[in-house]
Amino acid sequence: MSSPQDNILAENFHAAFSAHQDANAVGDLKSLSWLSAHRQSAFDQFQKEGFPTRHHENWKYTDVSRITKTGFITANPTHNAIQTDELDKLKFNTENCHELVFINGQFSAEHSDIGSLDDQVVIGSLRDALKNTPELIEKRFNQFAKKNHSRENHVFAALNTAFFHDGAFIYVPDNVVIEEPIVIYYISSHNEVMLTTAPRNLIIMGKNAQASVIESFHGLKGVVSFTNTITEIETEDGAVLEHYKVQQENTDSFHIGGTHLKLHRNSRVESHSISLGGAIVRNDIVTDLAGEGAEIILNGLYMGNGRQHVDNHTLVNHSKPHTRSDEYYRGVLDGRARGVFNGKVIVHKDAQKTDASQSNANLLLSDHAEIDTKPELEIYADDVKCSHGATVGQLDKNMLFYLRSRGLDADTAKSLLTFAFADEVIRRIKFAPIREQLEFNVGGRLPGSDLIKANLSSARQN
Amino acid sequence: MLSIKNLKVSINDKQILKGLNLEVKAGEVHAIMGPNGSGKSTLANVIVGRDGYKIDSGEIIYEGKDLTGIEPEIRAREGIFLAFQYPVEIPGVNNVYLLKAAMNAKRKHRGEAELDAFEFLDLVKEKMKVVNMNEDLLNRAVNEGFSGGEKKRNEIFQMALLEPKLAILDETDSGLDIDALKIVASGVNGLRREDRAIIIVTHYQRLLDYIIPDYVHVLSDGKIIKSGGKELALELEEKGYDWVREEADAA
Repeated sequence: MSSPQDNILAENFHAAFSAHQDANAVGDLKSLSWLSAHRQSAFDQFQKEGFPTRHHENWKYTDVSRITKTGFITANPTHNAIQTDELDKLKFNTENCHELVFINGQFSAEHSDIGSLDDQVVIGSLRDALKNTPELIEKRFNQFAKKNHSRENHVFAALNTAFFHDGAFIYVPDNVVIEEPIVIYYISSHNEVMLTTAPRNLIIMGKNAQASVIESFHGLKGVVSFTNTITEIETEDGAVLEHYKVQQENTDSFHIGGTHLKLHRNSRVESHSISLGGAIVRNDIVTDLAGEGAEIILNGLYMGNGRQHVDNHTLVNHSKPHTRSDEYYRGVLDGRARGVFNGKVIVHKDAQKTDASQSNANLLLSDHAEIDTKPELEIYADDVKCSHGATVGQLDKNMLFYLRSRGLDADTAKSLLTFAFADEVIRRIKFAPIREQLEFNVGGRLPGSDLIKANLSSARQN
Repeated sequence: MLSIKNLKVSINDKQILKGLNLEVKAGEVHAIMGPNGSGKSTLANVIVGRDGYKIDSGEIIYEGKDLTGIEPEIRAREGIFLAFQYPVEIPGVNNVYLLKAAMNAKRKHRGEAELDAFEFLDLVKEKMKVVNMNEDLLNRAVNEGFSGGEKKRNEIFQMALLEPKLAILDETDSGLDIDALKIVASGVNGLRREDRAIIIVTHYQRLLDYIIPDYVHVLSDGKIIKSGGKELALELEEKGYDWVREEADAA
């Protein structure tokens, strides 16, 4: 940190951190010295590195100065109010699920409905779990930090570690299958000051365990917030996880999120990341395929309009032989929106027989929209199958004309083709309530949306 | 129904149609024949209002109104239909949806009520029989993965469903084997009506064995240089285009 302004900011943070360590936000966890050590080390890391600037390769296209000037007022337990009807409007149409609700980062037992759980399964607040079953957490918590903080320059992740208040903890023991999805809502509802929330989630899948976890981020109308979220996921041998991150913050808010995965032998994760909201958005997904036969599917969609800025970084480490990654990301940018995609695949020396494919396709709907896409492949093994590709294009004129020649107006034809492009990602979502709501929400953003919704229902009737 | 007068059209500053005249009345079937590059597809596209064609002079009058500057979707809703030479595949757009949207856009334009889902599907199934189209294709994306013949059948099926007043078939016979050609032709013949005009744009006479035109026109270098009855098509098939051109040059 060099400029005088940065120094003031640093002092503010220092004061905030001291206060945070003392205040009730952390106080009742203070007996966990290992946790305090993580927090201190993360904070030291942050102080040493400061916020990234565009001189950092990983932040080359994303300027976070607007975020760093926001003041970072952290939410406290009094910020947990929401009207039930407002909450209900945001929910997916899921009848049976385990539901966790966080309001401005505070766990709301009142609004959550965890349902009945098998013995030894834990689904709930991380804060509660730190009090009740710290032994389940200690070994797994913040594992990625050692590896990634400095290299990836995830200062925001360090800030999350230093300042997090709560988040979800999911522990699925060996051989347990949780059939009903686990849905976690993170809602920014406070509109008096701009709050910073730092949700911290930990998902542990035992051997051959199976579950689906949905993280859904929302901002209520008129609420400006900064969400700095981290999810750590570890899947033991043979575990299967479907992980969804759906980001629908409102378009004045900031969202920076990191998902850090470690996959052991023959485990499989399907990651779906759908990013629709936010003024400045950055999603990082960092995967370590750490056991033979581990497999990750990375499926992603980002859409921006107006002056939205959405940056997706993914990194897949193939550390062991016979690992597989399959990445499919699509972006739709309109207005003056800007998108960034950086997908890096590293095949390490031991990872023979790796199968890695990556594709990123982008649709630019306006002359002022922009995308910077960069697929990167580093291969240190010699017997591998890898492919990658990126495309940037506009709507197909022949398709547009065909639709118009059948009587559809130009706006509807454009919307329909845009929707079809985005739906290539959404339709890969197996879980119907999420897929259907996303199709409606994505379709609903476009002109002539009623007709697109009719398209969906006619497709479904048949 | 359609009256084209001294039409000059260029693409990228190159004039393709150089003073074309054509009169088509309701109930008639006209064949436009001509060698490659004579302007056949340009004529078809300019009638339906495709971008990229500049009308330098002349006019296209449809039902008493000049089409110049009218959006293609409005032309479609007013009853003009083009069966494409190369129907485009549109992944992710459901066939049924397109049909329903097209149908309702037309009905709304005419102040008619939208069809409900059952009426619509009944109608669709009835019209599919016109070209023996496989019902499985309905639920797929528009033309996606269709064979060449299926795409052409789909065009005629759409035409049957949308009941245009003026239908233009652009090289509909290309890529069809003889069985498919017969099916498509009988579909088109079934759509011949007193209040409907059909323009068949084709390089070869083959399709005209099955869809007998009332008039045949020879298009060459952007102008219609000869018009006649159905026997002209046979003459062209036998003798090629050169004699017509020579005759026109001499005149």
